[in-house]
Amino acid sequence: MLLDGPGVRATMDRLASEILADLPAGIPAAVIGIRRRGEVLAQRLVHELHRRGAEGLAVGSLDITLYRDDLAELGPQAILRGTEIDFDVNGRYIILVDDVLYTGRSIRAALDALVDLGRPKAIRLAILVDRPGRELPIQADFVGVRVQQPDVPVTVLLTESDGVEEVRIG
Amino acid sequence: MSIDSPTTQAQSPTGQGNPPVEVSDDFIWKRRHLLGLEELSAEEILYIFKTAQTFQEVSMRSIKKVPALRGRVVVNLFFEDSTRTRMSFALAAQRLSADVLEFAAAKSSVTKGESLRDTVRNIEAMGVDVFVIRHSAAGAPHYLTQFTDCCVVNAGDGQHEHPTQGLIDIFTILERKGRIAGLNVVIVGDIGHSRVARSNLWGLTKLGAKVTFVGPTTLVPRAFEKMGATVSHDLDAALKGADVVNMLRIQRERMTSQVFPSTEEYTRLFGLTRQRLRGTKPDLLIMHPGPINRGVELASDVADGPNSSILRQVSNGLAIRMAVLFLVNQASTPTAI
Repeated sequence: MLLDGPGVRATMDRLASEILADLPAGIPAAVIGIRRRGEVLAQRLVHELHRRGAEGLAVGSLDITLYRDDLAELGPQAILRGTEIDFDVNGRYIILVDDVLYTGRSIRAALDALVDLGRPKAIRLAILVDRPGRELPIQADFVGVRVQQPDVPVTVLLTESDGVEEVRIG
Repeated sequence: MSIDSPTTQAQSPTGQGNPPVEVSDDFIWKRRHLLGLEELSAEEILYIFKTAQTFQEVSMRSIKKVPALRGRVVVNLFFEDSTRTRMSFALAAQRLSADVLEFAAAKSSVTKGESLRDTVRNIEAMGVDVFVIRHSAAGAPHYLTQFTDCCVVNAGDGQHEHPTQGLIDIFTILERKGRIAGLNVVIVGDIGHSRVARSNLWGLTKLGAKVTFVGPTTLVPRAFEKMGATVSHDLDAALKGADVVNMLRIQRERMTSQVFPSTEEYTRLFGLTRQRLRGTKPDLLIMHPGPINRGVELASDVADGPNSSILRQVSNGLAIRMAVLFLVNQASTPTAI
């Protein structure tokens, strides 16, 4: 086990304070989570950021299925869950959130999906677990925990989506 | 508030406020073809609706396009005239980033005597993925599936089915009423010759609505009772207690035939006017699959009135057709996982 329930919460708290310290003044900001677990983490981050005094953060969730580069291989397993972003992304400072950063392909898809919605001022990437194995030149700006060993699968389980809360490796 | 008003849509750019569509989480769409609603289960119909709801968001963006079907080719194979269905399928395919080939029988080698089979095999040899076919012969799309490896989508075959129009109508009812089960849906017109009526009947009854077909005895045969419809020749009686009335287009080419009363008589007995709406439910939803003969089956003020969903049907058409094209394409790729 990499993180237990309290470990996940402590890590999210640290991520929130790092993100808060980096929030630009005078620019509307938003936290957007990639469905499904990034969405859960985004909701928690916004709650925590507001609790710490950040104001007026928008929150949304992004379905990247239609933008995946392996969509054809997915076939009927590709389930659309829908994007819910009820605010204008133009000119916004956006914190994109996902549970695991591995190959970087999901983030590539998410970036393409986001810029199809408009032209954000800037996009930052926050992730809970950084796992080695990048296939694209993509790195996170805010990292919860780093796994050092290559080729070890990472499983993230969250209360809201899975009923338990832990991060497992191996 | 009318759902047609642009402000309502602007307030919900990603389809918030859509009626919940319950489909089991492990449901998987497996059909490579969409030939009719008769063979679909209620769950399959709902899954198309759920997928269409996610595609509604795409049409509200500044960039109305997703890369889902990039590199795929959709062929519009129309052996009968059509403007809106053809355009709607073309735009739906383009919003999914597919390429679209247009085939019009009147200008093609079909006029030189080429068979449907040869036409399709030749186009298929160019490397295409989906045939959207409209044909005057019932069963033509089904026939196509016997000798093509491509996906086939029925865009209207004879008097058999027009499944995407049926889906659009039912989806629009669901959007406006929040449910289908228990609704009284009245469909008026030349039912006997109507593939739209048949597709509506199959879909609506599977989802638990009660369907009444109304029209002159010559155009609404009693045989439809065997398919689960109530048959009536009295529009005023049928409209009492109706939640939805779908006015089908009276085809001008039939007006001169023996089975058809005079246009004036038809309008008097079966045309929907404001006067006729007195005593009906105040939220009676008025639909028409288009194109309208204004003043024949539908009075202009009713067609453009607040209870009408006619333009909404057209815009929902895009989302439904995007969903159908997406789903048949995904089902045609062998799953690697």
